[in-house]
Formats: sequence, C-alpha cells, structure tokens
Amino acid sequence: MTIAFPKPDQAVLARRREIIEGLGRLVASEALIVSEDERRAFETDGLTAYRQMPLAVVLPSTTEEVAAVMRFCNDHGVKVVPRGAGTSLCGGAIPQEDAIVLGVAKMNRVLDVSFEGRTARVQAGITNLGISQAVAHEGFFYAPDPSSQLACTIAGNIAMNSGGAHCLKYGVTTNNLLGVTLVMLDGTVVEIGGEHLDAAGYDILGLVCGSEGQLGVVTEAVVRILRAAEGARPALFGFEKAEDAGACVAAIIGAGIIPVALEYMDKPAIQICEAFAHAGYPLDVEAMLIVEVEGSDQEIDDMLRRIVTIAEPFRPKTMKVSQSEAESAAIWKGRKSAFGATGRVADYICMDGTIPTGQLPYVLKRIDEIVKSYGLGVANVFHAGDGNLHPLVMFNTNVPGEMEKAEKAGEDILRLCVEVGGCLTGEHGVGIEKRDLMTHQFNPVDLEQQMRVRGVFDPGWLLNPAKVFPLEGRFAA
Amino acid sequence: MTTHTPRDEQDASIIIRDAAETGTLLNVAGNGTKAPMGRPNQTDASISSSAMTGITLYEPAELVISARSGTPVLEVMRVLAAKGQELPFEPMDYRWLLGTKGEPTIGAVAAMNISGPRRIMAGAARDSLIGVRFVNGRGEVVKSGGRVMKNVTGLDLVKLMAGSWGTLGFLTEVTFKVLPKPERMATLVIRGLDDSQAIEALSMALGSPFDVTGAAHLPDRDRRGGSTLIRLEGFRVSVDYRMNELKRLFKRFRFMDILEGVGAEALWQSVRDATILTDQGQRAIWRVSTAPTKGPDLVAHVAQALDAQWFYDWGGGLVWISTPVDGDAGASVLREATGTYGGHATLVRGPAEVRSTLDVFEPQSDALMTLTRGIKASLDPAGILNPGRMYAGV
Repeated sequence: MTIAFPKPDQAVLARRREIIEGLGRLVASEALIVSEDERRAFETDGLTAYRQMPLAVVLPSTTEEVAAVMRFCNDHGVKVVPRGAGTSLCGGAIPQEDAIVLGVAKMNRVLDVSFEGRTARVQAGITNLGISQAVAHEGFFYAPDPSSQLACTIAGNIAMNSGGAHCLKYGVTTNNLLGVTLVMLDGTVVEIGGEHLDAAGYDILGLVCGSEGQLGVVTEAVVRILRAAEGARPALFGFEKAEDAGACVAAIIGAGIIPVALEYMDKPAIQICEAFAHAGYPLDVEAMLIVEVEGSDQEIDDMLRRIVTIAEPFRPKTMKVSQSEAESAAIWKGRKSAFGATGRVADYICMDGTIPTGQLPYVLKRIDEIVKSYGLGVANVFHAGDGNLHPLVMFNTNVPGEMEKAEKAGEDILRLCVEVGGCLTGEHGVGIEKRDLMTHQFNPVDLEQQMRVRGVFDPGWLLNPAKVFPLEGRFAA
Repeated sequence: MTTHTPRDEQDASIIIRDAAETGTLLNVAGNGTKAPMGRPNQTDASISSSAMTGITLYEPAELVISARSGTPVLEVMRVLAAKGQELPFEPMDYRWLLGTKGEPTIGAVAAMNISGPRRIMAGAARDSLIGVRFVNGRGEVVKSGGRVMKNVTGLDLVKLMAGSWGTLGFLTEVTFKVLPKPERMATLVIRGLDDSQAIEALSMALGSPFDVTGAAHLPDRDRRGGSTLIRLEGFRVSVDYRMNELKRLFKRFRFMDILEGVGAEALWQSVRDATILTDQGQRAIWRVSTAPTKGPDLVAHVAQALDAQWFYDWGGGLVWISTPVDGDAGASVLREATGTYGGHATLVRGPAEVRSTLDVFEPQSDALMTLTRGIKASLDPAGILNPGRMYAGV
C-alpha cells in the first residue's frame, strides 16, 4: 500500500449534503447513489488493494444528464472520477473521498449499425463484447479484445486505449475508433469525428483515446466493425529455453508472417493455466507460444505449414496444431483465464510493460532475478508479437509485508522495461499504479507538455485528478 | 527570407527559442514539396528539416523504423524494401498533383498524416506512427510514444502531432511501425458499373472475409461505365483462394478482369497520387472523407452545381473531386455537401487567393475550434510555428 492519494478537500467534504441535493435536481433519483452500502460497490476497481469511498455516485442515462452533472461539478469545484465497468487493473476508476463517481454503465445501447459502411454508433456504457454480439449475426465483430471484454465498457476502453490478444493484426482501440461524443467539464458537448475515416483538424480523437478520463466523459462512440475471417486456428509450440521461443517469434515475423495472435507463456503460467483450463498445454517445457492464424482452411493450412517449418530449427519439444473448434477454444480459455487462474493459487499483481521484442530473453532473465530477490514467484504471459509483457508477481496477502514487496518488484520490472527501450504500460494504462513511475519514462519537459495539453480541457484538475501525473510537480496550465 | 536548416535537435531548439523570444514567425517545412497546400502563411523566416537526415533505428524483426524527420521517404522505403518490408499505409506522393520538385520527407508524412489506398485495411500514417521527438514553440525538445507498438503511457501527443501540419511543433525524429511487403498483389477489375453500383460492390468486398487492401472506383468520363478496383495482397496461395472467392461473390457482373504486375502497380499508384485527375489542367482539387455509403450522394450533389470530375478510393469513403477554379473554386458547394452528407473536405490544390481567403480545411464547430486554439497555445504560445497554415489565427 505504497501509493498515496491526494488529501481530500475538507471544504468539499463539508458540503456533501449540499452537493448531493444539487445533483439530485439534475438526475432521476435512482441515478444517484448516496448510501454507504451502495457506494461501497464503487470504492475500487480491478486494482482491489486500493479503496476510496466516493462522495456520491451518479449513473446518468443521457448525454444531457452527463453534461448537467459535469457543469454542476465544474461550477462547484467538485472532482469527477469517470467510470465504465470498473475493471481497470491500474486503478484508473478508483474514486476519491472528495469526488463523485460519474458512471456511464446505464448508457449501454447500440444506436446505429451500418454493415455497408462498416461502422457502429454505440452508447459508451456498452460492453466491449456487447458490440461484437450486436453485429455477429452478419459475421462482423469489434476487433480489440481485452481479457475483460465480457464486462469492460467501450468508455473504459477509450479511456485506456485498450488492446487485447489480437491487436498485432487489428490494432488497439485508437486504431478502431472513428468518433466520439465528448462531454467537457463545463458541460459543452463536442462531436469529434463521425462515420468517416480520419477526423478533420487536429487529431483530438487520438488525444482523447487513452487520456484516462482526464479530458472529458465520452458518452457515445463510433467504432469500426470488421467482417470476421472465415476461420482461425491456433497452434502450440513448446520450447526448452525462453531464448528459443523468443528467436522463433523473431523468425516468424522476419519471414513476413503476421499471425493474428502470438502469445507467450512461461512454465509457471503454463502450469497454472493448464490446471485450470485443461487445454492440453505441454507441462515439460520452459516456454510456450500460441500462434493463431486466420482465413479459409486452405489458407490456414498453408500458413501453419510455413510456421512449422520456421519453428523447427529452434527444436520445439512440442508442436501441436488445434484439430477442432473445442480444442481451439480450450487453448484460448487457458490463455484468457491466465489472470483468474493465477488468482486461484496466489494473490498477484499484474504488470503491463512493453519491451522491444529483441530484448525478450534478457528481460525474462532479469524479471526472474528481480522477483527472486524479493523472495517471491512470477508467472509470465504476454503478447510476444508486440512485446507487451504481463508478469504476474505472486504473493500472499496474509504474510505481512509481502504485498509491498510485490509492488516494489513490480516497479523494478517496469523500470527495467523503460531501460531497455520500452514503456511502463502497453494496454492497462497508468492510473494510480504507475503514476509515480512516470518520471522514469518522461523527463520534466515531456510531462509538462502533456500537462499543458491536459490543462486545455481541465485547468482546475477536477477530472480524475489522482491519476497519471505524479502528484509532485503539477501545475495549472 | 532566412531559411534555417538545423543540423540536429539542439540546433532546432535554439532557433525556435530565439524565434519565440523575438516573435519571428516561422514557416515549418521539409523539402517544400507540399508548399502549395494549405493556407498560405505569411512568415518572417523558414525552418527546414532538410539537413536532418538518416535512419536512426531499424529492427526488421520488431517491425519498427526510426528516422530523422528530413530523411527522404524514398530512402526509408528503400531501406525497408531491402528487408522485404514497407510502410503499411502506402503514403501518397503529392508532387504530381502540386507540380512540385524535390524529395518528400518522412517528417511530412507524419506531420500531414499522409496515407494511401491501403488506409482502409492498415490504418492511416497516424496509426503506424508510434513515436515522435519534436521541438515545441517554446524551443523545448519533447518526446512522446517510443519504439514499441503497444504503449499507452501518458497523453498520446504522437496522435496530436500527426496531421498538425507543423503548427504545433517541429518534428525532429519519427518512429513508424512497419509490415512485411506482401508476396503477391492482384486486382479484380469490374467494368461498367455506375457510382452507386460500384460503391455497393466495394462495400460487399470490404464486408467480405477476404481482407481487401484497396477499393477504388474510377468513373468513366464518357458515360460508358467505369472501372471498379478491388485489390488483394498476401501470400500466393491465399491471394489465389481469395480472388476465386471474390469472383464467385461477383458472378452476376459480366465484365471482370484480373490485373497483376507492373500495370496494376501503376494503376494503384495513380489512385494513390490522384494523378487520375491531373489531366484536368489547372482545375481545383478537393479531397473529401465521408462515410463510404454517402460518397455517391455527395458527388451527385456537387456534380449538379459544378462542372466536376471525380473518383473514389477507400471503398467510396475518400472522394477526389476536381472543380473549376473560378470564384470560390467550388468551396460553398463542397461545404454544403459535407454539411448534408457528413465528413470533411480539404482544398488540396487551388489558387492562392482562394486558399488565403477561404477555409482550406473543413470549418470546425465552435467547441472544436476552442479546443484547437487551446491546444495550439499549449504547444506554441507565441504562435510562431506555421501560423495560419491550417486555420486563421491558429
């Protein structure tokens, strides 16, 4: 528990009753949550070690209501923590005692779908998977697929610029977003982009995507929908050495093949996931790759044949191509449940740094050393094609001091990622978790420039202010 | 007029800091091949990236390349091609359209977010741009993004720099994600379709599972019907298979050909560079991005009022339109059309008087314009970088 929250503003806390009355005039009574019991459901997100009880929670049903609430908060100096489904792994949606939570989860409808134009306009509280389900009957889908896709909202995906296992081919949220309706702090509703490619003027859409709820609240989004491939089939490759797996990844890409997914798991991750999903993972290898390709049967056969030929010189101990839909589903169930399955055997914190893939063997060795130096264990799963690591640092909450050690180990790992040319976060976001590490990746000038741009939208630091930027050295733009 | 050609980032930083202190307005450029585009700006001096050249990092296995901003695009493409790779977004070359000479720079590709036909499949330049270094209007060296393709650390100033036309900063180094060059390319040509039929066919192709990487329609000018182009790229086996499937999908059309090789490449280059319109002499040229299904209606609206020529890329979502240069070069009609059908229009080529008195880019809502001005001030408070190039007062 080493991450600090700013001290709550006592003057705001003292006005709680007045603030709640004011909000009550703006939204329907069922949209305003004030009792302690009900507010408790919003006190944390996916980073459950940290909790803060919000002043109140507002769950509006329309853009107009969101605008009214934002205007009220701006006028009364009340901080706003935007929230989708609260699945953030970096604490992006954790409230503050002197802030209200503004949740968009009730706004979850599909507004318009154009299969000819390949776009969908949705309300921002719809789940990620909800979009794909709404267009699946025509064979379409929404491409970015974070592991939390069943629960997480497109609003949260936009705030964090979420990725997923298939972004090597399809990109992340920012590459699949065409427009948003953005409610500014002063209540102004701004339409950015639309059903066309490349919004006019400055790329404010690209700026908003990944801004972690600090520029405004997105209430509607236009996303690209894509026609799904005819089929997809994963193959498993098990290696005796991590270096071999890493070299195999480089060889596949070097041969001009971009698999739709290229996932890496180390031995502890394989064992944990196999015990949970019974996916047929090889238990006697140090490293495993899941390589998935898409297309028709004959395209898939051709591609997998090429990949097997490329893999052979690296002496894989296991090579297994999925033979059925059920087998493919099991392979992915193992990978996608990596976090949940690890949670069954230990408490863990999930890191999310990205490294240049050429640094993989060195970084894996160093992660192992770092974690061991704290007397802890680690399971590694990551997106090998793009170098996005997810080391799961395991600890036992009941042992005093272990969580702090895990946090320290995690910080060391992220600093390592930056040192080798990578970054602190590939897809989870900065939130509170990596806030105090930002100075390792950015110098004061870089951060000041980001804060100056942020200040155009929120000069008074009212929007999700505990996050992203170190508490020291902030300034009003 | 002085032209500064800094040798490195530090040089550029000093030049811009001095300019900010003295209020010297700077024209920001590479080799000037896009100088006749945008609003003509009145500046006191020029800063060019032309002396800042060279690839600074290339890791083929990591699909990443970095180059100093003044590096010729040609050089980047040559280095990539040697390892069987390319810039995925197929950047357009404006020289033919604008009648300019010199080598376009990689910095301009980022600064103007320049893409081509493959944008529909592989994203725009801004989607492949993963890192930038630039000097802001204060003369400070700023970095954003990096060399890894998955990176959500901090505000995404990379996107903001892409397409800001040098009004927010002087780019010194850019880093792009790259992709393998496809083994084979083949184009299905359907003949005789009118605009609506063509866009319907392109929508069908793009809505198929066959990974179309180019979708254009070139209307025939003597009304005998046009050519509708659908491009497939990838491994040989895969292209063969998908081409057969596409032909099956379109079996109701009688006139179909398959184009491959040099001729097909030249055809796509003429789509990419919009040279299909250049035999129009000194006409004005507009570039319109709209919802693909709205393309034909938007064109019909324009063609009713003006003597227009046009063709479609991006499945109908990108329309290149040439109009007579008289009066406002068609501006009021184009703005009316985007107002009705959505999207935005840019005057790519037009008389300087028109470009300096009317909006070259689509006028924005008041709310967006307020943000635009605020963003400009946050990066270039003295307003010295390419002032007015995109919008008056920005």
